[in-house]
Amino acid sequence: METEAAKMIGAGLAAIGVIGGGVGVGIVFGQYMQAAARNPSMSDQLRAFAFLGFALSEATALFALVIALIILFT
Amino acid sequence: MEHAEDHGGAAADGPMEQFDITPLIPIHVGGVDLSYSNSALFMTFAVIASFLLFWGAMRQRTIVPGRLQAATEILYEFIADMVKSNAGKEGMPFFPFVFTLFLFILFGNVFGLFPYSFTFTSHIVVTGAMAVFVFIAVTLLGFFKHGFHFFSLFVPPGAPLPVAIGLFPLEMFSYIIRPFSLSLRLFANMLAGHVLLKVLAGFIISLGLLFGWLPFAAVVAVTLLEILVALIQAYVFTLLSCLYLNDALNLN
Repeated sequence: METEAAKMIGAGLAAIGVIGGGVGVGIVFGQYMQAAARNPSMSDQLRAFAFLGFALSEATALFALVIALIILFT
Repeated sequence: MEHAEDHGGAAADGPMEQFDITPLIPIHVGGVDLSYSNSALFMTFAVIASFLLFWGAMRQRTIVPGRLQAATEILYEFIADMVKSNAGKEGMPFFPFVFTLFLFILFGNVFGLFPYSFTFTSHIVVTGAMAVFVFIAVTLLGFFKHGFHFFSLFVPPGAPLPVAIGLFPLEMFSYIIRPFSLSLRLFANMLAGHVLLKVLAGFIISLGLLFGWLPFAAVVAVTLLEILVALIQAYVFTLLSCLYLNDALNLN
């Protein structure tokens, strides 16, 4: 039973890493909006980069989530 | 995630149930389980759908394209532009492979969003196989094209010798880790999205008629986000494959 409890605590701790992904995604879109506001003519070109940055930084959060799920379900 | 059912009755209806692989047509060849599973069924759907889309759109070719033909042409040119701008003219021989990869992942992700369907890209076996194939193919290509000069990829250009010696193992490590990050990104995105949808859907039932509409609105919003993620992840997987191809072809 104690290992079960430890698993739950460990999974919760592993999920803390998601904070970084949240900050990263916020920075990506915040900077995209700033860039688009400064130079609206570039906004279409920058959108592709913004979504690429979103996907790459979101992935780091999901790595933490995968660790949490591995702890829970194995 | 195949072990989810080991946790008894509570986990059986849990958010992990949707990822269970069930054999539809059992095939056993010499002790090897080659059963036609629901995962294989949806891979077949993805292949048939991409074939039907392009066969149907290109059956009656016209100079001024119709709606379906225009849509498929946009899809084709989108990926062709991506390969050309990221891997250069030398990358174009690999365009059919990249385009096939894109369509397979795209249809896998999109079909997975239908209720009661199965997302084969949410299994690391599938994404890992694709990522390892891309990695091995790109590495072999680099060695065939450049020989042992390929190792100069791991030395940043313009770095002084002591720095280059220090960076060599780091660059090599980041190169070897590529298939893991490539496959984990797609797998984790699909897994996390579908788990989130199922967990939110569970809240609708448990909160009942009075407060159930609140998670229901969240499910609608998350479904929209998941459609976006399905498209972006297919794009990112192929874009990174293109960048790796460019590394092998042009060395820095």
